[in-house]
Amino acid sequence: MRTLRLVGVAWWLQLKMRSRSAFDGLLSLLYPGFFATTIFMMFKQGDAAGPALLSAAVGSSAMGIWSAVSTTAAFALQMERRQGTLELLVLAPQPFALLLVPLTLSMATIGAYSMIATLLWGRLAFGIHLTIADPLGFLVAVVVTVFAIGMLGMLIAISSIRYRFAWALGSAIEMPVWLICGFLVAVSDLPAWVRPLSAVLSPTWGVAAMRAAANGQSPWADLGWCVLTAASYGLVAMFVSRWMVHSARAHATLALS
Amino acid sequence: MVRVTEPVIEVDGLARTFRSRKGLIRRSSKEIEAVRGVSFAVERGELFGLLGPNGAGKTTTIKMLITLLLPTGGRARVLGHDVVAQAHAVRRKVGYVFGGDRGLYERLSGLDNLRYFAELYGVPARESKQRVGELLELVGLAGREKERVEGYSRGMRQRLHIARGLLHRPEVLFLDEPSIGIDPVGARELRATVRNLVETGTTVLLTTHYMFEADELCDRIAVIARGRIVALDTPSELKQKVTTGTVLEIDVFGVPDGVVEKVRAEPDVLSVSVDVQGQAEVLTVHARPGTDVTQAVMGHLDGSRFGRVITRQPTLEDAYIELVNAA
Repeated sequence: MRTLRLVGVAWWLQLKMRSRSAFDGLLSLLYPGFFATTIFMMFKQGDAAGPALLSAAVGSSAMGIWSAVSTTAAFALQMERRQGTLELLVLAPQPFALLLVPLTLSMATIGAYSMIATLLWGRLAFGIHLTIADPLGFLVAVVVTVFAIGMLGMLIAISSIRYRFAWALGSAIEMPVWLICGFLVAVSDLPAWVRPLSAVLSPTWGVAAMRAAANGQSPWADLGWCVLTAASYGLVAMFVSRWMVHSARAHATLALS
Repeated sequence: MVRVTEPVIEVDGLARTFRSRKGLIRRSSKEIEAVRGVSFAVERGELFGLLGPNGAGKTTTIKMLITLLLPTGGRARVLGHDVVAQAHAVRRKVGYVFGGDRGLYERLSGLDNLRYFAELYGVPARESKQRVGELLELVGLAGREKERVEGYSRGMRQRLHIARGLLHRPEVLFLDEPSIGIDPVGARELRATVRNLVETGTTVLLTTHYMFEADELCDRIAVIARGRIVALDTPSELKQKVTTGTVLEIDVFGVPDGVVEKVRAEPDVLSVSVDVQGQAEVLTVHARPGTDVTQAVMGHLDGSRFGRVITRQPTLEDAYIELVNAA
């Protein structure tokens, strides 16, 4: 109960903090628009219609969520370091990984807005009428995907505790994940050696669940895998963050100087 | 039965060396010994000062005690817990406040900052609201708590820092230069707050650059220079160490080359320092007990323009400068 309260309050305050920058707000308006425009134009050029277009819309909206998390999660800890709050987070008598959950979840929540923006943009600019066959399943899939992406973001962010320049990692893996997780093209179309990697990345299962719900298929098996992989990130993060914090204390990297 | 109380902070030969590496292909490393085996103990309810110039090792020492840095030598215990092996137990019981503009979430209000840290530091939900209200009153921010921190003055930020550091009722509070950059009124209020905390039983370890602050607040002071403790005593005892001599201060408008060395070579002179104050340079000379070096010093300044010439008793600052220069 105490942990849930901590995550809830911290998530809300982090969300409040992140939604107060006019510049960040403008970027989060524009980003999903760019993704959606590019994807819809590509698919329209290829005379895509029906399920293919729906799949593209779901994929591009997941791109927005992932981009909002990947590029900012690792950088967020660097920002905490710059503003002198990273040391205060480490000083808190809580597992450090737990403090990262609300931080990355708040980013994923802001990213979730791109889902609505993408669908609206598709309708207004490209005249794409999308019908979601299983709205409840789709909604659950969106919530779980947001959570799963937040957890993956947390795993990425952890390296920034120890390494001051690890924030660049988030930007480096932003686009590879679009491909590996099947946001743009189906995972089955990827080379065989990539697929095991896709399987261990929770967004792969989240996007598959969203597509399944949108097409009227059962999303629950995919959602199960999505939750399982995301939860495993939590466990890994718990151990890795302990080691990272210890190493940061040894190498004096919690502060800027 | 005599009850022996264990010190709240025990530091024994604590050391910290920083290693930095540079170069991509031919890597070279450099070692800096920031703290070189300091030892001291702080009793319960004591206000202990750590005084030293920039780079002396004050902040590094504090960071090792609050578990943000691992020592490379020696050992330390806070409230009986080892700072390396029992870091989690230490964190639950200590508060940390540092000076300057950093350490707060600018886009959140003062109230939201406190709510956030109250959750992080495990303040029970039923107590949180009341505790935050009490602390806002204590630091004089009641009524301004809903404003964003980015609009706060430096003094207000510092007071918010103190409130944050006290949220979980720490038994030991570490204050790292808390009054840096605060105006005199704010600094006086801060000193009153710190004094109140000590009166209510909190043990405080304070670092400061301001001598009068250390003199006014601290029960004992450790003077630290180049990573070593060069003196440890009460403020009055520290002053006593140099009160047997006198201090000569002369405002000189352009100290000629070589004068400082010549004055230092005088047999009754203990130390010499020069501080620039506006257009003048203040030549401060510490003399041996029972001697008057005024004539000798003035002789070396023959031909120079000078203003105020005074002889006075040493202050804590004089004691500090002498100790640090001798280190």
